[in-house]
Amino acid sequence: MPESQAEEIKEAEAKPFLEPAEKETTTPEKPRKRRRLKVAHPERCIGCLSCMFACSRTRTGTVSLQNSAIKIQTQGGIEGDFRVVVCRACADAPCARACPTGAMKKRPDGSVVFHKDICIGCGSCEKACLVGAVTMGKEKKPIKCIHCGACVEFCPHGVLELEEVSASGG
Amino acid sequence: MLRKVLYIDLSKEESWALERQELFEKWMGGTGVGIRLLQEECPAGIDPLSPKAPIIFSIGPLNGIFPMATKTVATFKSPLTGELGESYAGGRLSLALRFAGHEAVVIRGQAKQPSYISINDSAVLIKDATSIWGIDAQTTGVILRDRESGVGRRSIIRIGPAGETGVRYAGVVVDTYRHFGRLGLGAVFGSKKLKAMVISGTETIDVPDVKRYKEIYNRLYKTTVQTDVMEKYHDIGTSVNISTLNWLKGLPTKNFLLSSFSEGEKISGEYFAKNQLFRRLSCAGCPIGCVHIAALKTAFSNHHEFEVRKVSYDYEPIYSLGSNLGVGSADGVLQLIDVCERLGLDVMSAGGVLSWATEALEKGLITNKETLDVTLRWNDVDGYTRALENIVRAPNEFYGALARGVDYAAKKYGGMEYAMTLGGNEVSGYHTGPASIVGQLVGVRHSHLDNAGYAVDQKAIKKTMDAEMMVDEIIKEDNSRGVFNSLVGCLFARGVYTEENIIDSLGAVGIVKSRDDLQELGKSIFEEKYKFKVQEGFDLSRARIPQRFYETVSSAGVVTPETVEEMLRLYRKKRGWI
Repeated sequence: MPESQAEEIKEAEAKPFLEPAEKETTTPEKPRKRRRLKVAHPERCIGCLSCMFACSRTRTGTVSLQNSAIKIQTQGGIEGDFRVVVCRACADAPCARACPTGAMKKRPDGSVVFHKDICIGCGSCEKACLVGAVTMGKEKKPIKCIHCGACVEFCPHGVLELEEVSASGG
Repeated sequence: MLRKVLYIDLSKEESWALERQELFEKWMGGTGVGIRLLQEECPAGIDPLSPKAPIIFSIGPLNGIFPMATKTVATFKSPLTGELGESYAGGRLSLALRFAGHEAVVIRGQAKQPSYISINDSAVLIKDATSIWGIDAQTTGVILRDRESGVGRRSIIRIGPAGETGVRYAGVVVDTYRHFGRLGLGAVFGSKKLKAMVISGTETIDVPDVKRYKEIYNRLYKTTVQTDVMEKYHDIGTSVNISTLNWLKGLPTKNFLLSSFSEGEKISGEYFAKNQLFRRLSCAGCPIGCVHIAALKTAFSNHHEFEVRKVSYDYEPIYSLGSNLGVGSADGVLQLIDVCERLGLDVMSAGGVLSWATEALEKGLITNKETLDVTLRWNDVDGYTRALENIVRAPNEFYGALARGVDYAAKKYGGMEYAMTLGGNEVSGYHTGPASIVGQLVGVRHSHLDNAGYAVDQKAIKKTMDAEMMVDEIIKEDNSRGVFNSLVGCLFARGVYTEENIIDSLGAVGIVKSRDDLQELGKSIFEEKYKFKVQEGFDLSRARIPQRFYETVSSAGVVTPETVEEMLRLYRKKRGWI
């Protein structure tokens, strides 16, 4: 390996990846702008699924396609176009409205958080989301995007972006 | 992670899974496990197209878990060479096998009627494929996509008509654009009346130490996307080599009569990238996107009506169906690649067969009577298209001979001195010097990727290397690739997977290996493969080297038989065979 390349690798390794846990700090008293995942350039997707692996790895510590909240779907195999399915972080979120127990709960900043312990696994949230961004996992609990941006970090082609929106923004 | 082998018996219509922990512990996975299972399953001297000859698919401990560990290896007895058959494919197959929970699949027997196998996690079904028998490989994929579940996480592998009729170099198409191309796995599928296999799964893998896993994953991922280690593959792609080798006089042209092509610029990677490339794709789990897709637009009337086909291209198909057939147009090359895709032929052997036949016709060894009036002439794309279709249908003895490969045809009609095979396999697109010839001849599957002799030649241009140094490099690659192919990583990523990175990533999935362990494993895998080769009749000391290699100037000048003989002698000596 040439020296310049070795240095480049070293430099890249020093750059930390986004640590989602640390960035999830919002207090009810002071609603700040929320972050939202955006599919900026779906046509640039090469179907590598790195985003899906990043999602399940970061959120659940597993290697899995099922545990991923972001979904790369094929339409007519890889000859067709890829469809990138992500949570749109709706301002008036149907998943939260549909939830009978308040497990999918809207916060003052407009984001929706999921509380696993009070979820009864009825699947209403999955049905309410037209986009298909909420899916039921193996334990009959929904898999929901937290807009942490891990997938953005691992997309090699700039398909995904993280944007800031105001609490009312939809 | 349970390490299981799935057995499917097509004759008995049964399947069962066996935990084979010790097999995987000792032989790692991928090609290491593949060769051992072949030894267990394949009776000595068996006809490769008999129901008793097995098909084995295997993946390794890193597949689906780390980036660029994206390949699956198929191990079988080759109907082309009559000895070790080994072929690698990417796409989504290794991921699908991982999540279905099968690290290896053994297919035995022969189905009563055309069939396909559907694997959904632990559920295995053998289904009727009568209505899709005879349908091209591409359409077969379209039909099965609608029939089977698992969209977005499954893999569909299938043969075209070439596999069904038993062309000895028929391949298996994987998820469109990827292939088990070499050495005739498609014909083995056909002999078992097996049209396709659909695999999907929903397993989740837990790693022993999540923090460590993330650390190693990030390291590998970042090395790949943030440095230029992989530049060659995600810019112009492997086809960048057309210009380079053309300039270096290493690009086989017109059946190796020449080593540079006057029309090379028109089929160069740069030309494709500028004029026809419209999309790039990836295998699942690889951020590179090396799969280059070109649009082939052909008018079918004078009223601006067009057929548009999406064709993937790489260096080897452009050599074998381009320069080596004197085809000097990108459209022509794409047309021929597309024909091979639909018929389900290995592009490299198909091109090799056509280039031998073109020269044999030119020299009068065969006539229009044999070719059924198909003009096999350099650059005649329509003629070549018709010849490929005839090879699959085999309407006469001549095309039947072509369907068995160059060696067979040349033994029958003559022209052995320009029958460009090594170890019975049509050669790859490198006339770079002696190491490429020796590398393919000694390689376990007679592929340029066994030990990259062509890369040794290219190194030798820059710095003087004697025969012994070149042989040492070949042996080193022979062995280390056995390890990497057990993982099963993509060889394009071999620069990222340094020995240290291999040890660390194995550690992250709970497999502890030292440098010495890996080197020992590489050597053992090589030896096991040679045991099988020798058992099936391969004899390196008597292997044929086509005279043409010594007549056409290479990148390293004219190669002499003495140099090659000396390297082979050293190779045998260092392997302890003499």
